[in-house]
Amino acid sequence: MMNRVWTVLTVIAIALVAAMPALGDNYLLRLGTMGAMYAVLALSWNVIGGFAGYPSFATAAFFGLGAYTGGILQGAGLPMPLAWGAACVVAAAFAALLGLAILHLKGHYFAIASLVVGEVLLEIATSWTSLTGGGMGLNLPIIRISIDAQARLFFWSMLTFAVLALLMNYLVARHRLGFGLDCIRQNEDAASMVGIDTTRYKIIAFALSALFVGGAGALYASWVFYIEPPDVFATLTSVKPIVMAMLGGAGTVLGPAVGAVIFLTMEELVWRNLLSIHAAALGLLIVGLIFFLPGGLIGLLTGRRRRAAPKAKGGAA
Amino acid sequence: MLYAQILVNGLVLGGLYACIAVGFSLVWGVLNVINILHGSFVVLGSYVAYFAYVHLGLHPFLSVFLSGALLFALGYAVQAGLINKVIRAPVLTTLVLTFGLELILNNGVLLAFSADYRTVQLSNPMGSVVVGGIVLPLERVTATLLALALTGLLYLMLVKSRVGRAIVAVRMDPEAAALMGVKVKKIYAITFGVGALMAGAAGSLLSVVFPISPLNSTEFLGIAFVVCVLGGLGSIAGAMVGGIALGVIESFGALFIGPEHGLTIAFVLLILLLIVRPTGIMGRRGYE
Repeated sequence: MMNRVWTVLTVIAIALVAAMPALGDNYLLRLGTMGAMYAVLALSWNVIGGFAGYPSFATAAFFGLGAYTGGILQGAGLPMPLAWGAACVVAAAFAALLGLAILHLKGHYFAIASLVVGEVLLEIATSWTSLTGGGMGLNLPIIRISIDAQARLFFWSMLTFAVLALLMNYLVARHRLGFGLDCIRQNEDAASMVGIDTTRYKIIAFALSALFVGGAGALYASWVFYIEPPDVFATLTSVKPIVMAMLGGAGTVLGPAVGAVIFLTMEELVWRNLLSIHAAALGLLIVGLIFFLPGGLIGLLTGRRRRAAPKAKGGAA
Repeated sequence: MLYAQILVNGLVLGGLYACIAVGFSLVWGVLNVINILHGSFVVLGSYVAYFAYVHLGLHPFLSVFLSGALLFALGYAVQAGLINKVIRAPVLTTLVLTFGLELILNNGVLLAFSADYRTVQLSNPMGSVVVGGIVLPLERVTATLLALALTGLLYLMLVKSRVGRAIVAVRMDPEAAALMGVKVKKIYAITFGVGALMAGAAGSLLSVVFPISPLNSTEFLGIAFVVCVLGGLGSIAGAMVGGIALGVIESFGALFIGPEHGLTIAFVLLILLLIVRPTGIMGRRGYE
């Protein structure tokens, strides 16, 4: 019963967002595209960070990798949708390989390794001038349709990614994979002992967490026409999705999407009014979130607190 | 001769790196908290030294005590007031919390002091001497020696003092320490304070070597990370070894690959090390 209510509410919310182009306001359309992008990032992080409880800070790495993959392929003449698809595949493959290397790390060690990967990619993108344009940035081919049509195209595409990411979360949560990831979050050793192939599950989750982020990065690149390394590999791109997911409810299916919308609303208000202290405002939001809303908004509504993961003492354990 | 000079440069840099990292390593080892604020603590220490020199004429090497005391108070308050309340939560919580605090602190420092680079212009600089063809800039060398001395003092404090023994005890087994009458949360606050103190002191020493700006905080944090993993978590000797290793690697890396890639080389090294030796690069025993 409860599930049906949520499903209906979700469909209504998506329909409302999808109706935004009808209002014909390009500012709203831009906001809608941003919101969908944030939802993609938060929902994607949720698979590894929420379900499996692995504190991944690799979102910026996947996003930047996708942006450059898409940008370079488009520059080489590949049609835009194919370039986006390729970015999805490249990011997921990269995550799977990266996962093989760093998913045996626990706690802080995993967090740092995943964070540093983005920094290294940033440096590579900056110094590999012949491929990426280096610090000068990369210009993408101009699209020969009207500005309004472009705004709509990117909005619809990003919304599609967001809905796919939501669907992916839903399917993972219902599938064996979701159950396995839940076990891993609660006690990985025990999960391994009862026969869950933890390595395979973690790598699948990590790859899924990169899939749509890579696509969103490529879409973002096409949308803004120009990317540069510090823009698409920004550390905040890794942190914001975590905050959004926690805001809505990490480990739930709808929470990250709800969190993304609320986060965007707050960011928009703060950006416009408090430009010089926007970082501090984000910081205050984070601190408030951790002390007053540890289960996220969804947790508050359903009265269900996310079970705390076991204390990961020592990080290296 | 060139290589000898670069080695010396690396060693001098490495001593300072050890001092930056040792407090970070202590906090990580004892509290299992990665303190994202650490870089900003170093920057604050530099600002204390700068203003103490400009307004009071206090030499940066002396303002170490002032910045250390101020940062200890700040660190103690942050731990006792905020982090202690969620210290038992999953790793992600404390990590994101210190990240949020860092956004607030760094934004505050930016507003107060702007992003402009400042330098401490000593009225009577110490100059440099040439020993066996190797140039030794005396301010840098003195700063490094003081940094190593401070690190040594921290070691003595941990080994000899009552508080130090309590910190070591809490690190090894918080439950057992609590049973022995150690007030664990208070020790956590003191440890965090000491970590901030070392960062502040390092900042004061650095102010005669590097330009001061809030923009540097990320780099200092990155250095602390790498040194920690290179040398081994939570051990003072580890921080020394890691710091000096990083200093030397960075100096030679700058020569062979280019100075702008210094931190990247360090990061690549860090990932490789993490992949090869994931569980405790050096022991996770007491502080030796």
